[in-house]
Amino acid sequence: MQTFEELISAFEDAKRDPTFWAEYLRLVSSYSGRPTPLTFANSLTKHFGGAQIYVKREDLNHTGSHKANNVLGQGLLVQRMGKRRVIAETGAGQHGVATATMAAKFGFECTIYMGEVDVQRQRSNVFWMQRLGATVVPVRDGSRTLKDAINEAFRDWVTNMDTTHYVLGTACGPHPFPEMVRYFQAIVGQEARVQILDQAGQLPRRVYACVGGGSNALGIFNAFLDDPTELVGAEAGGAGLETGRHAARLASSDASVGIAQGYKTYFLQNQDGQMRETHSVAAGLDYVGVSPILAQLKESGRVRFEAATDREVVDALALTARKEGLIPALESAHAFAQAFKEVGGLPATDAVIINQSGRGDKDIFTVADAFNDAEWKEFIRSKARGYDA
Amino acid sequence: MLEEQIRRKLRQKPLLLMTHIVIGYPSFRESWALARGMVEAGVDLMELQIPFSEPMADGPVILAANQKALEAGATVSKCFDFARELAAQVPIPLLFMSYYNIPFKYGVRQFAVDAKRAGVCGAIVPDLPPEEAPEYLAAMRAQDLDPVLLFAPNTPEERMRTIAAQGSGLLYCVARKGVTGQKTDFSQDLSGYLGRARRASSLPLALGFGLKERSDVEFVRGKADVAVVGSESLRVLNESGLRATLDFIRSLTGAAPASGL
Repeated sequence: MQTFEELISAFEDAKRDPTFWAEYLRLVSSYSGRPTPLTFANSLTKHFGGAQIYVKREDLNHTGSHKANNVLGQGLLVQRMGKRRVIAETGAGQHGVATATMAAKFGFECTIYMGEVDVQRQRSNVFWMQRLGATVVPVRDGSRTLKDAINEAFRDWVTNMDTTHYVLGTACGPHPFPEMVRYFQAIVGQEARVQILDQAGQLPRRVYACVGGGSNALGIFNAFLDDPTELVGAEAGGAGLETGRHAARLASSDASVGIAQGYKTYFLQNQDGQMRETHSVAAGLDYVGVSPILAQLKESGRVRFEAATDREVVDALALTARKEGLIPALESAHAFAQAFKEVGGLPATDAVIINQSGRGDKDIFTVADAFNDAEWKEFIRSKARGYDA
Repeated sequence: MLEEQIRRKLRQKPLLLMTHIVIGYPSFRESWALARGMVEAGVDLMELQIPFSEPMADGPVILAANQKALEAGATVSKCFDFARELAAQVPIPLLFMSYYNIPFKYGVRQFAVDAKRAGVCGAIVPDLPPEEAPEYLAAMRAQDLDPVLLFAPNTPEERMRTIAAQGSGLLYCVARKGVTGQKTDFSQDLSGYLGRARRASSLPLALGFGLKERSDVEFVRGKADVAVVGSESLRVLNESGLRATLDFIRSLTGAAPASGL
């Protein structure tokens, strides 16, 4: 409790201090390339023959995703609190890489917890975290994915709270994390709203974002909450909602309200309250819970939640790469897939924004498998033979 | 009520021993044998953990036991059956221990009603700050069950008073920061912490987290009223089996070895 109070007070002090936000803006522009552009997707727009498609380019952040926005903000808070060590959970590895990068820049000691399943499917991010000086701890408990990494990070934090800050990567967990993560990610929507008014001359009809824990979705949605814009969250439909093998908390009726990992929200859990296995091709969406702020926005009807299946997501990634030269992360490709199902039905005078929360080159192994790419497999085989020789 | 039962026992000996089992680990049959054996070995109170998939306050030993119990088919309803049968056969106070999602999903009122019917005295829910749970506290009190609340070493005295006013039965003092099963250095001075706890409440104090041997238990004598041994007995069980575990418990209670063993 004392640690939470210390963090709450550091966060509240920072929000009241105008020099803090100025310092934050300096950091994200000089180090992470903000503002990120809003790109008009001309070919995709023509392809679907409906609303004009704009893409918010969070993939162009340093480390390749929106995760940098939150991590750099929390890094500044860590400096203010005078702590020397940071820990984080990671699913896809994007938040882990962003945290390890921030720790390297600020000179913090860094430990990243990552489910063993995710270590397997996102090996390249593990490699880079280690090069950046972080210790990566594979978590072998439970489903060995994101939720288990979060449990283990909390266990570390309660043990080492005097010296350590837990850089939670998504808008979940106990107060003040959901509010704090939204606060730093809100810069995405602030920029996007100005950019779409400038480029399209109007507010978007809809904004699409993928939803794992909910950080990129809340980041872009936040600026449009009071506008007539419809907000659409795309969750992981996995093998299909009807199979039960998915991670759709708000788009399916499979989740129910629970209290775990320090917060209350919709969880994919059984009747007893035991968390279920989730499934998604995208490690960053493969999680049992969802931001309590998004759960409220679902209940108030302000955000519509849909699910895109693994197959739809891989197809959307392929189409986006071919038509626009953009390679979204598998997570972000959920937002593209959902938009592609809908934009053809909107008039050409409307505009929509898709949040490309991250870049997809990290997913080369998963995507190559999804495409069953024979030449890639032969390359891996020959590479492996090279090591054995 | 639990507090009176503890006080009555404290008139006979200066320090009570509370042990911990995970219901259904490694199997229902084996956890039953363990619980019965512990009572015969002279333990004074016992925590019966209802397994949960996300036991955030537990270290590797109890975490793994939670998972294996669930894989072996433990359900909340089977845990209630287990507690009811055990309470009918043993004379010591039993407490449920679990994480808040379990009573929350069960319905806190029904949880309290069924816990009372099962014959336990109360429950320990480590992930629940008392101010977040007025319904739970009220439901427990309505059934004359004790909601056991926790102190941590860095809990300020003022907050201890707030917590103590809402709990009953006993107060569970966590000996150090962290999760169950890690080593606690009992040479460090816990007297400041336990002194604050004594000033904050007149309830009996239990001290747990990291007690591994007789000398740890002896250290607690005179400082708290109940010593809690949890992970260590499961670790002995995993490594050396039931008989060695009960020998270990007897080494803590000072009970004579059971005849025939």
